[in-house]
Amino acid sequence: MATATRLSPMTAGELTRLVLGQEEMFILDVRNESDFNDWKIEGKRMEVINVPYFDLLDGVDAALDRIPDGKKVLVVCAKEGSSKFVAEQLVQAGQTNVFYLEGGMRSWSEHLEPVKIGDLHDGGSIYQFVRIGKGCLSYMIISGGEAAVVDAVRMTNVFEDFAKQHGAQIVHTIDTHLHADHISGGRKLADETGANYWLPPKDAHDVTFDYSKLESGQTIAIGNTTIQIQPVYSPGHTIGSTSLIVNDRYLLTGDILFIESIGRPDLAGKAEDWVGDLRETLYSRYKELSEDLIALPAHFGKLSELGAGGKVSARLSDLYGSNPGLNIEDETKFRRVVTEKLPPQPNAYQEIRQTNMGKIQPAEEEQREMEIGPNRCAVHDR
Amino acid sequence: MSTQIQANKTLDCKGLACPMPIVKTKKAMDQMHPGEVIEVQATDKGSLADIQGWAKNTGHQYLGTITEGEVLKHYLRKSSPDETKEEKKYPITVTTDELEQKLKAGDKTTVLDVREPAEYAFQRIPGAKSIPLSELENRLHELNPEDDIHVVCRTGNRSDMACQLLADKGFKNVKNVVSGISGWTGPVDRTH
Repeated sequence: MATATRLSPMTAGELTRLVLGQEEMFILDVRNESDFNDWKIEGKRMEVINVPYFDLLDGVDAALDRIPDGKKVLVVCAKEGSSKFVAEQLVQAGQTNVFYLEGGMRSWSEHLEPVKIGDLHDGGSIYQFVRIGKGCLSYMIISGGEAAVVDAVRMTNVFEDFAKQHGAQIVHTIDTHLHADHISGGRKLADETGANYWLPPKDAHDVTFDYSKLESGQTIAIGNTTIQIQPVYSPGHTIGSTSLIVNDRYLLTGDILFIESIGRPDLAGKAEDWVGDLRETLYSRYKELSEDLIALPAHFGKLSELGAGGKVSARLSDLYGSNPGLNIEDETKFRRVVTEKLPPQPNAYQEIRQTNMGKIQPAEEEQREMEIGPNRCAVHDR
Repeated sequence: MSTQIQANKTLDCKGLACPMPIVKTKKAMDQMHPGEVIEVQATDKGSLADIQGWAKNTGHQYLGTITEGEVLKHYLRKSSPDETKEEKKYPITVTTDELEQKLKAGDKTTVLDVREPAEYAFQRIPGAKSIPLSELENRLHELNPEDDIHVVCRTGNRSDMACQLLADKGFKNVKNVVSGISGWTGPVDRTH
């Protein structure tokens, strides 16, 4: 990119590609200290510092002193206003290559990056949608002009556009469990497209809407039954948590098993009750499955969980070797790890659960506020 | 309970997005006198954490925030450069612990709080009487010169000045509570 002497916007999508491409950049985050410490942009070769904009009202020298020569600078705030305010002053002070994040952390939280996971036999494909700012992962399985979307987030237009581009009609939307960290887009997407919305009945006791029961023993077919989606009951993160096996090759683990961690059992207030289920699922039920399955989780917590092109996946057998949550022999110790010293709970997680049950209907702006921050669904998140 | 909080200045930042509420607050504060209180009305929810952060970093005193519907009312008190200086002259002092013990024991004493009403509204020692330092001279008749009086402010500086004033006016049993409310660990009352 040419050296810019004027201030330029950078979209969340452009930033995502810089993060995934492991590009170098200097990020000046001008939000207040507590928001910054709670949640920030990370990149392998990105240096990120925090100087609140309100410390720069009398001039930006304090920030300028910390910007390394010759590096691209991105100024970030919550919504955009303060980052522009600071970035404009940096440009006036002679700093070159200065950008601000368009729409701020809010846009960062909402951006979805589609990544192709692989082809299915009989001509289908499976895609992962990486919500890089928040760590949510959704999936779309496409075959023979039909599509199923799993663990959709609330930015449903992204899925609709993607399906349209691939000439597919969304016929099923599936939630592996009742989510506590983000607002599900599953039901909305089903309403908009005429698709069937699936949810595990054990997580749906209090829901206010009709749904199809996602249960073991039943298969969901798309594209003239060439693609089989088999539900596997796998409680522990929630009592209803259900994994999906797609075409005997991919295991969509929901929030039970991640790449470098495992699901936390406490977000519905039942940590003690569900520890046994979690152990049973991870240490016996999953072990009975083919070890060649490719695990595809509904979240990531750390940048190191992203592979080539942003893809988050691993062979089940590899996870049994490397994932610390799958290698705790002692049951008492396991119980301690998953119930004690857990990371803080996700922002507004109780209101988010209520929303996903249909009990409250917050306006879009409120939904944004509720989802601010990282997902924190794994026991090893911080 | 709802009582009006007094402020020397009210600033309307409703409908403004960040950074404007803080930019305007800073400009307004620059025009104010030390010790004065400003009420900042904002609708941007992010203004709460930001105004607290700004106050902490500038040394101005963040008093509290009241939410009325969509509107957040933030209260801040402008600090003065000499508030941080150690210039205590009034010799008779007690610690916050000593005062707490005394109140716990039920000893009869008047706790006089000389901070601004807005500070008093957000946090005070139960039973304390409020007369801001600036009004003290005109309201001496509300106090008895023979009484045992403990004077308190935020950090012990304004109360020091108040003690000197009271001693000059013939009050006999006046004590300055050093470290003030900021060092108080006992029970508190609040209006909001």
